[in-house]
Amino acid sequence: MSLKVNDLRVYYRTLAGDVKALDGVTLEIADGEIVGLAGESGCGKTTLGNSLVRLDSRMKMVGGSVELDGQPLPVDDFEAMREHRWKRVSMIPQYAMSALNPTRKLGQMVREVLEARGVRYADVRPELERRLDLVGLAPAVLARYPIELSGGMKQRMVMVLSTLLDPSLLVADEVTSALDVSSQRAVAQLLQSFRDHGFVRSMIVVTHDVSILYQITDTLAIMYAGKLVEKGPTDEVMARPRHPYTRLLVSSLPEVGVRYDEERLSGIPGSPPSLLNPPQGCRFRDRCPLAFEKCVEEPPMRDVEPGHPVACWAVDATGAPA
Amino acid sequence: MTSRPQAADAGTAPGTTPGAGPVASEGIGRAREVRYYALRGRKVMISGSILIFFALFALVGPLMRPGDPNAFVGPLASPPDGDWWFGTTTFGQDVFAQFANGLRTTFAAGLLGGGIAAIIGMTVGFVAGYRGGAVDEVLSMVTNVVLVIPTLALLIVVTAYLSARGVMVEALFIGLTSWPWAARAIRAQTFSLRSRDFVDLARMTGVPGRRIILSEIAPNMSSYLFLTFILLFGGAILIAASLDFIGLGPTEGSSLGLMMYNAVAWGALPLGLWWWFIPPGIGITAIVAALYVLNVGLDEVFNPRLRES
Amino acid sequence: MLTLDRVTKTYKVGSFGGSELRAVREVSFSVAPGEVVALIGESGSGKSTIGKMILRLLEINGGTIRFEDTDVGKLTGSALREYYRRVQGVFQDPFSSFNPVFKVSHVFDLVRNSYFGDASKAAWQARVSAAMDTVNLEPGQVLYKYPHQLSGGQLQRLLIARALLLDTQFLVADEIISMLDASTRIDVLNLLGDLRERGLGILFITHDLSLGNYISARAIILRRGRIAEMGPTAEVFGAPLHPYTRMLLASVPQLHAKWGALGAEERAGAGWAPSASEPCLYHALATPGPVAGLAEVGPGHFVGCVNPLDDGSCGRSASPVS
Repeated sequence: MSLKVNDLRVYYRTLAGDVKALDGVTLEIADGEIVGLAGESGCGKTTLGNSLVRLDSRMKMVGGSVELDGQPLPVDDFEAMREHRWKRVSMIPQYAMSALNPTRKLGQMVREVLEARGVRYADVRPELERRLDLVGLAPAVLARYPIELSGGMKQRMVMVLSTLLDPSLLVADEVTSALDVSSQRAVAQLLQSFRDHGFVRSMIVVTHDVSILYQITDTLAIMYAGKLVEKGPTDEVMARPRHPYTRLLVSSLPEVGVRYDEERLSGIPGSPPSLLNPPQGCRFRDRCPLAFEKCVEEPPMRDVEPGHPVACWAVDATGAPA
Repeated sequence: MTSRPQAADAGTAPGTTPGAGPVASEGIGRAREVRYYALRGRKVMISGSILIFFALFALVGPLMRPGDPNAFVGPLASPPDGDWWFGTTTFGQDVFAQFANGLRTTFAAGLLGGGIAAIIGMTVGFVAGYRGGAVDEVLSMVTNVVLVIPTLALLIVVTAYLSARGVMVEALFIGLTSWPWAARAIRAQTFSLRSRDFVDLARMTGVPGRRIILSEIAPNMSSYLFLTFILLFGGAILIAASLDFIGLGPTEGSSLGLMMYNAVAWGALPLGLWWWFIPPGIGITAIVAALYVLNVGLDEVFNPRLRES
Repeated sequence: MLTLDRVTKTYKVGSFGGSELRAVREVSFSVAPGEVVALIGESGSGKSTIGKMILRLLEINGGTIRFEDTDVGKLTGSALREYYRRVQGVFQDPFSSFNPVFKVSHVFDLVRNSYFGDASKAAWQARVSAAMDTVNLEPGQVLYKYPHQLSGGQLQRLLIARALLLDTQFLVADEIISMLDASTRIDVLNLLGDLRERGLGILFITHDLSLGNYISARAIILRRGRIAEMGPTAEVFGAPLHPYTRMLLASVPQLHAKWGALGAEERAGAGWAPSASEPCLYHALATPGPVAGLAEVGPGHFVGCVNPLDDGSCGRSASPVS
């Protein structure tokens, strides 16, 4: 097991009280696995990704534990995480490509990042150039400023940099969202190839775009209102979604070939509950077409088939709605 | 301003988005929040009290000693006592009456000068920032020209032509010369607000440009405009005092700067008449300092990112 | 209804306005009543610039935009105000479309002040509730709230309702759902379909091919300010003629078919360019069609030059294609 997240709870402190952004998530990721996190905004997918690498000052971990490669990961201790970041866990944050320091040449920036972690730039330079070549960047980009690069090129640069020290786990948060269709595909497939080349052992990809996840992930984890509701092999979840939320979500997605005149898709009525005071029991029950009395109790994650757990009372062991 | 990448997670209201944290909520919540932080902030409370004290002094003081503050009414060079609270000048003028009337003049010069500068600065800044293009280029050029005019040299020339100068003339002069930095700052703010979609939406509702500036853009920077006015107010007081002190102030009446000018001119320092120059000195320093501290304090109130803790 | 004829937009860039940036070049197309036309392009294609020119938020540098019999570029004062009574727009960022210091009803009040100053209170209320009904919003629940208290989907519906308060006949919808969650975006998109059935002409500007494909009857593919391909949506997506369209379609993440392996060219982040062996259909046909700069290859299906240069050539030999 590469990563083990056990009942992780992370709250945000606000003036109005604690926002329970992540309320008991248990997740395991195997070596070589790419897991996609999907769900509506505010479901906790970005919080989960962030909390594994860097918990910021507004977030507080109130429960649970994280283990990476058999050793505990002190995710709630920002200072202690310093020695794990980049080396064991690494992250491509949401706005990484616009966060590159405009006054530094890229090579200089790489040098500073590495030396802050006690790695000599000269030692990794050959490997850096090899990896730049792999993502279609010439070594000459190291002598350029960020502004001279296109969005897709900057994103590739960030990807290479954040995996240069071969971390066990990479968290990629919305890395393709701001890109054009054509570079989106290249960046997504390059992420996949990083795993294939062993630059990272396993990966969590966070995006609101389910079709990207379908393309590059092995496992899909669907989140709703701070909890995991379904997890399973990507093809299986997309072809036969079990949780009513996943079903509605998947059926609301248009793709090329689906036309309004021929097949009218529909969204999910209602909106997610407030996470300041989330309701007891299943959090989807207000919007759920299958909800019944039992749903006031919290549904556990139960395997509907091996490796495909679902948190829903209305889905029995055979996977069919009860 | 903020730029969001396409398709960023923004589906839910910031208040319920976990990533948003303690956002400064606008509207009703914001008014309450501003009041809360204003009353809790030491900077605002202390500087506000100082200003209110001097403002009351300027209102009530002259009523306690009516008549011409420059009249020769008392003994010569008397130190403060029960009859002459602030003492008298070498010529037997009442320092208390001069100080109280001077405070009035100082506030008037500040309000008028700062007010005129604020009106010009805001008008130029709003129009340049909103219209852009050639209008912006012309207005920016005018702004920069006024910015580099040597104010003092200009004033000396103007003084040569004006035999009698009042507070009004002084305030007008200060107002006409101290607006450029405000215009530039407001232009920049307007420029970024103009690109927000709600401005385009108002244009597509047939709302004329003047109304868009006044009722769509200005309310979004009301706190900023208020702070600008406070700085202009303090600046005008300081400039007025400096002008008075070098003898370019009003030719009649009393002002704090004029008191200092007379005290120095008639040797109050070598003669040890400390009660002549200390009150106006403290008055100017305290008012201007309080205004600047108030500015910093209010900035923290309006801008959550600057709050301590 | 709305016709663009060789519309061009240039920006002066550089110090002293020395050089020109041509954002839109000789774009011609039209939209009929009751028709949704998708204007699809990547960033920098000029798609939003076209929308803003139609809405007269940007000056038109060359060519003409006509709405029925009026030349949109020449409208001023009260004529422009009357134009806005019939032509409206909704933009990408719902939070930026509302003035944060006012309640959301402010946008309705502006409409009332400008256009319905003499309408009775009852008549206005009836109009508001009819518009709110169309967009499926409960006036009491949303109108008296501040923008940050509502979701992006609700705000976009309010903006559509605002357009309906006027006698809108043509709507420019510029990326209106790209910031919404998957579960709500499809409902807003369906709303556009409902408006179409009321006879509105809609220009749906998007970077997302699957959304453009879902809702539109005709599609226009824009590349670097020029039309690459234009035609009935089913044909543009089913039998694309321009290599750029084919590349976009191959890059779109599908939900039922996975991407192929990444080619060396796609790996590089330099942006797409047609391969030298690609024949140019436009120069091969070389028959002056009804639309400037485009060759008609099928009924209503137009294609532009493969790689248009500034002098009008594509640098290809005009070998006829079979």
